[in-house]
Amino acid sequence: MTWQRIMAMTRKEVIQIRRDPRSLMMIFAMPLIQLLIFGYAVNLDTRHLPLCVYDRENSQMSQDLLKRFQSTSYFDIVRVTGSYPEVLRALDEGTCKLAIVVPAGFSEKLRSGGSVSVQALLDASDSNTASISLGYTQNIIQGYSAQVQVTWLNKRGVHAGAPVLTMQPRTWFNEDLESMANIVPGVVALVMAVVGAFLTSLTVAREWERGTMEQLISTPVGRLEIQIGKLVPYFFIGIADTALCAGMAVWWFKVPFRGSWIVLFGCSMLFLVVVLSLGYYISVTARSQLGASQMAMLATFLPTFLLSGFLFPIDQMPVVVQWITRVLPSRYYVEILRNVFLKGTEIRFIAGNLIALAVIALALITLSTRRFHKRLE
Amino acid sequence: MSHSQPSVVVRNLTKKFGDFVAVDNLSLDAYPGEIFGFLGPNGSGKSTTIRILCGLLRPTSGSALVEGLDVASDPEAVRQRIGYMSQKFSLYNDLRVGENLRLFAGLYSVSEHDLESRMSWALRMAGLEGREQFPTGSLAVGWKQRLALGCAVLHRPSIVFLDEPTSGVDPVSRRQFWELIQQMAGEGVTVFVTTHYMDEAEYCNRLVLIDRGRIVAMGTPTELKSRYMKGQLLLVECEPLGAALAELQSVSGVLDAAVFGNSLHAVAADVPAAMAEIRKRLAPPRFRLGRVEQIPPRLEDVFVSLTAARRAS
Repeated sequence: MTWQRIMAMTRKEVIQIRRDPRSLMMIFAMPLIQLLIFGYAVNLDTRHLPLCVYDRENSQMSQDLLKRFQSTSYFDIVRVTGSYPEVLRALDEGTCKLAIVVPAGFSEKLRSGGSVSVQALLDASDSNTASISLGYTQNIIQGYSAQVQVTWLNKRGVHAGAPVLTMQPRTWFNEDLESMANIVPGVVALVMAVVGAFLTSLTVAREWERGTMEQLISTPVGRLEIQIGKLVPYFFIGIADTALCAGMAVWWFKVPFRGSWIVLFGCSMLFLVVVLSLGYYISVTARSQLGASQMAMLATFLPTFLLSGFLFPIDQMPVVVQWITRVLPSRYYVEILRNVFLKGTEIRFIAGNLIALAVIALALITLSTRRFHKRLE
Repeated sequence: MSHSQPSVVVRNLTKKFGDFVAVDNLSLDAYPGEIFGFLGPNGSGKSTTIRILCGLLRPTSGSALVEGLDVASDPEAVRQRIGYMSQKFSLYNDLRVGENLRLFAGLYSVSEHDLESRMSWALRMAGLEGREQFPTGSLAVGWKQRLALGCAVLHRPSIVFLDEPTSGVDPVSRRQFWELIQQMAGEGVTVFVTTHYMDEAEYCNRLVLIDRGRIVAMGTPTELKSRYMKGQLLLVECEPLGAALAELQSVSGVLDAAVFGNSLHAVAADVPAAMAEIRKRLAPPRFRLGRVEQIPPRLEDVFVSLTAARRAS
């Protein structure tokens, strides 16, 4: 292996990238657009759920309860109805996701110390939203119920200032429980995986398609020299894309950044070697640019989206699927990014992930060098 | 030439693609300073042979040694010693002329010290001086081919393989290209060149005629013309051409007849007898006979007569 031949390949690749406006577009526009789309589209926070109320009593107490729904940002009362059929129609039409029905005789029963059932009708066609709004509803009802109990006991001379057991929650790492803070680092991983693999997936296929490969492989340049020479320029482009994505995450999406930038870039470089090598391997296998780019998309986008822990926690997956995620490089990178962004943990806590990425990188480089033959058949 | 060691030794070389035999039991030797021509129609196995010799295809059986190195087992060592120009133009069209040269100089490990002189030599040779900044894609075919040759010989290889280097090139550029080839051979380089232009074959020191993967004939152009013709060659000018050809083929004493341009070539064993018979048969009013005379055979005549014999058998 000689430095001179690697440099010759690299210089040629740089010239080709510079002269191809399409690839320049791809380098910066693609990550930017993806980051914006996924950053906003993938929003797991459930807020402003449309709510419909049917108050059969219209007393001060029933209005008091409904006021509690109105005052949170979780619900928006979109309709006040006067009959059951109206409630049902609102649910059918989808104008509301949740309907609260306060029964007649509500305040009277409460004042006499009895218990009352408030009916909650849920549109559970989207089970996730339904269970979240059910949780919110229970919270509000319990809060109200506790207050009613305290008032009732006080009236009877029993001093009960507060409930006996309370929980004092303190959420760490993502204090506001903003899903954005959790999602955006995942989106960064997704974008880096897709862009990285896509960029290199074209390089070898292009040479076969244009016929330039025949001249190239008639020279003494080695297989590894071709690979390194071709990946080096994309490696630097990848670093620029990392800076772009991380910058957007911190200054545009306001994700807290608690770790070290050096760790972030160091880990990202390793991940880049992995995804660039993956794209290169695909390119060596496919031989056509179209096939290669589609394969690169398929190999990075779906697994990262579904299996990296980006949206769905890995420990909730079936055991077999959990095993599959172990060969998935983005799984390790998502975890690293969440650590670096939100926890700012020391590097030794993510050492395992780094080792896994290094192993995958080595495997991919070996595979693609072996797969690439300097022959025409 | 034949006193020195051969630079290329091919023995019983065979290449099959599935059931198709592209190269069939080919053997030959080539010597330093020799222009070795591969002549044959498209699909006859010329390119396949050249690609095997460059280590780009693996032979099915047989062996090929380039400078004593086996192309199948040690292709990288072979590649450092050879220059290859593929049939289809395969330099980078989006690179400038100088950038292509620089790339291949790097890939062939031309030292920093020699780089400047080798690149200006290649530019001069290709007639591209002052055009280093031209985009390669914008060059005319003739110039592209010379640039490709320049890129292939930057590292002073001792053997050069040129696959149809002049196809699609205008006649003037073709002649210039052959001058380059002769110059290289003069410096002791073995030049392998494939062509389907018969006139170019005359420039070669030695020729193999290949048809359907097999060597039909091998020798110097003069040897081929004297050894492989079955008789003497007659030029017959006659109108109308089509009817005259049919008539000529039925003349006794004429072994073979074919159209060449706007006249006919006939092969005859006994020239005076055949000429008398031709004059008698191609007479007015059906025919207007022009010259009938004996001419020296050209390679094309040899090739037609050899392949015709093979097809007939």
